[in-house]
Amino acid sequence: MNPDETDIVKQVEKIVEEHGPYTKSLIPILQDIQEEYGYVPGVAIATIAGRLGISGDVIYGVTTFYSQFRFNSPGRHHIKACLGTACHVRRGSMLLEAIERRLGISHGETTPDGLFSLEKVACLGCCALAPVIVVDDQVFGTCTPAKVDGILSRYEGEESA
Amino acid sequence: MGFDAVRKRAKASWDGLVSSSIPVIYFGAASCGRAAGVMAVKEAAVRYLDRTDTDARLVDVGCIGPCCYEPLVYVQKPGRPPICYSNMDPDGIETLLEGYLASDDPMGDMALGVLGDEAVDGIPPLFEHPMLAPQVRLVLRNCGIIDPTEIDHSIAHGGYEGIRKALSMTPEEVIEEVKASGLRGRGGAGFSTGTKWAFCRDAEGEPKYLICNADEGDPGAFMNRSLLEGDPHTVLEGMLIAGYAIGCRHGYVYIRAEYPLAIERLIHAIEQMRAHGLLGENIMGSDFCFDIEIKKGAGAFVCGEETALMASIEGKRGMPRTRPPFPATSGVWGKPTNINNVETLGSLANIIRMGAEEYAMQGSDTARGTKTFSLVGKVKRTGLIEVPLGTPVKEILFGIGGGIENDRQFKAVQTGGPSGGCIPRSKLDLPVDYESLQEAGAIMGSGGMIVMDDETCMVDVAHYFLSFTQAESCGKCAPCRIGTKRMLDILGKIKDGNGEMGDLDELESLSWTIQNGSLCALGQTAPNPVLTTLRYFRDEFEEHIREGRCRARVCKPLIRYEIVEERCIGCGACQKRCPVDAILETSRPVTKGKGKTRAIDPKLCVRCGICLSVCPPSADAVEKFSPATAEVAGGGGR
Repeated sequence: MNPDETDIVKQVEKIVEEHGPYTKSLIPILQDIQEEYGYVPGVAIATIAGRLGISGDVIYGVTTFYSQFRFNSPGRHHIKACLGTACHVRRGSMLLEAIERRLGISHGETTPDGLFSLEKVACLGCCALAPVIVVDDQVFGTCTPAKVDGILSRYEGEESA
Repeated sequence: MGFDAVRKRAKASWDGLVSSSIPVIYFGAASCGRAAGVMAVKEAAVRYLDRTDTDARLVDVGCIGPCCYEPLVYVQKPGRPPICYSNMDPDGIETLLEGYLASDDPMGDMALGVLGDEAVDGIPPLFEHPMLAPQVRLVLRNCGIIDPTEIDHSIAHGGYEGIRKALSMTPEEVIEEVKASGLRGRGGAGFSTGTKWAFCRDAEGEPKYLICNADEGDPGAFMNRSLLEGDPHTVLEGMLIAGYAIGCRHGYVYIRAEYPLAIERLIHAIEQMRAHGLLGENIMGSDFCFDIEIKKGAGAFVCGEETALMASIEGKRGMPRTRPPFPATSGVWGKPTNINNVETLGSLANIIRMGAEEYAMQGSDTARGTKTFSLVGKVKRTGLIEVPLGTPVKEILFGIGGGIENDRQFKAVQTGGPSGGCIPRSKLDLPVDYESLQEAGAIMGSGGMIVMDDETCMVDVAHYFLSFTQAESCGKCAPCRIGTKRMLDILGKIKDGNGEMGDLDELESLSWTIQNGSLCALGQTAPNPVLTTLRYFRDEFEEHIREGRCRARVCKPLIRYEIVEERCIGCGACQKRCPVDAILETSRPVTKGKGKTRAIDPKLCVRCGICLSVCPPSADAVEKFSPATAEVAGGGGR
């Protein structure tokens, strides 16, 4: 086990302690872990399994069932493209395609340089601004494929500055 | 301190705000307002106040509903009601504050309306605005008016009067009162709330659990989020009333993790309740004890289903199970459990406070009371609305919504999300209630209402909803797991122009199997969007199959972009922005001016539409056609 993993195990044990080692605590535990690391590290699953006395397979099954959890570290800037119904009827899917084309990745992936990760979400609930993309916490409303380049360049510029 | 004293203090606190001796600026700071940029507006206001050394109180409120006018800001000067200003931006707020606070000009041009009964300087009352006038705001009555982080504001507006009155009744009387109000589940199914409670109250087993279902998963629906962000106490008070009536002392709020602001509001509101003796042991000095815990959902649409939601609370995969046993007899951890939707619970305080009789005066014969909807899509005025049940669709779309965006042609309105269906033009007079919508093939659902115009392709819409349910199917029942995938494949084939006429029968046959062979409502209703579009828009499916034509010009393989040579001014804007270098300079000179025309190589074109959006409006040279090949007769204008 490398030093990073040792730290993760310690932190996970602390989180399990806070919620109590029960099955009903499993989802809150996973949520706290993801909050801490931005994803659920593999070593965390084994640690929870040991503490809760349930098999790693069961925990893996729960983790993969819910769309909130991810197993890869997100990019430094996380993009959410909304594909709710209001965004869809205003061509949200074209927006997603434009971002995928621009970054050369599919949704669910991170760019090789770790700058951006892209996720499609079902609804962000700001339907009046459709179609919408969110980069980190910044919302870009009434977005079009033509605006994608400008928005992403802004973050790339920050990085190289 | 008794509740009378609490209320007196709360009233004093609210009165202090409305009769403040310094200006008060209210910001519509729910998630929707924040997305529209209200926090930047607030920062600009703070800068202005600092710079000009002006004293003012700043208050964050929830959303009053008209999302299309956000960011919303209300300015209240001493002795005058707040005036609501729309579409604010950081520059606009400076102009406004300079005008109204410094020069006493209420800036009528920027105003949407006055938050009061009388006009001020020619600015009409906000609730006479055509978007708000037809609405009846019961559940949402405090949203956008009060500070949701101040329990005093809620109490000053009658908050916790409902539970107080309920505690003076027997639990059975409370159940009877709710039955008499005609309240039916607002999550979509429409079952009588009072009857559901009675099942749980009569069930054997202790302890009993109450769950508030705030796992609002329909894409395009945000009613519950808005209510929880704008007036959490109304929902929490409803939980107290339900808990008392059913005879339970443990409540959960199961809420989507995607709603961080709503969760923050709830946590804060629960702390305040506890501090005011409204939660915990011996509430309001009675024998009634109740506590509320928040459970964050982790993103699974199927968890809106009762048994799946309970599995999720228990820490398992959110997969539905057979019923019976119903949750009322065997729910969470095998104990009697009652699950109600946010809006159902949010209606209770009004029912008890007003009395069932008065509440039942709103609505239609079969559906009493009001219902909130999120009105979005291709409509002029989008937002969160509340209307009496039975209001005709037409009145909602063309009255409140102001008609179709850009005055295009109305095609359909979709209700009930992925479980619902489309209502076509011929059914515009339909009253919005549970039975009428069901008859038309749609459902009430939780309240999403998405308007579609002639630029919306119904095959694409059917494909969209099915791709959602297919992805969200938990996989337990084969007809749902495999059948939705098969239907999606067929719809994809039709969208791509490779469909056959036999596919339509196949879709109907698969729909029957999925409806009848699935355990839970997700599967049972998944085919609805396909069936209603087939029922009302079969000609569009047939056009895709027979002519390779998508009349809305949405389905990519069936469309092509062209640059009309006579109109091209040779500016090259399209060529510069084309992401796949599909636009080339021709050798032909433009008709007017200098330069060569541009042309699109259809083999390279990915149909992203950037060329169309960047072509200067004065030239307007890019056109979109369907079918994809020019040789086929038909085509289409813009």
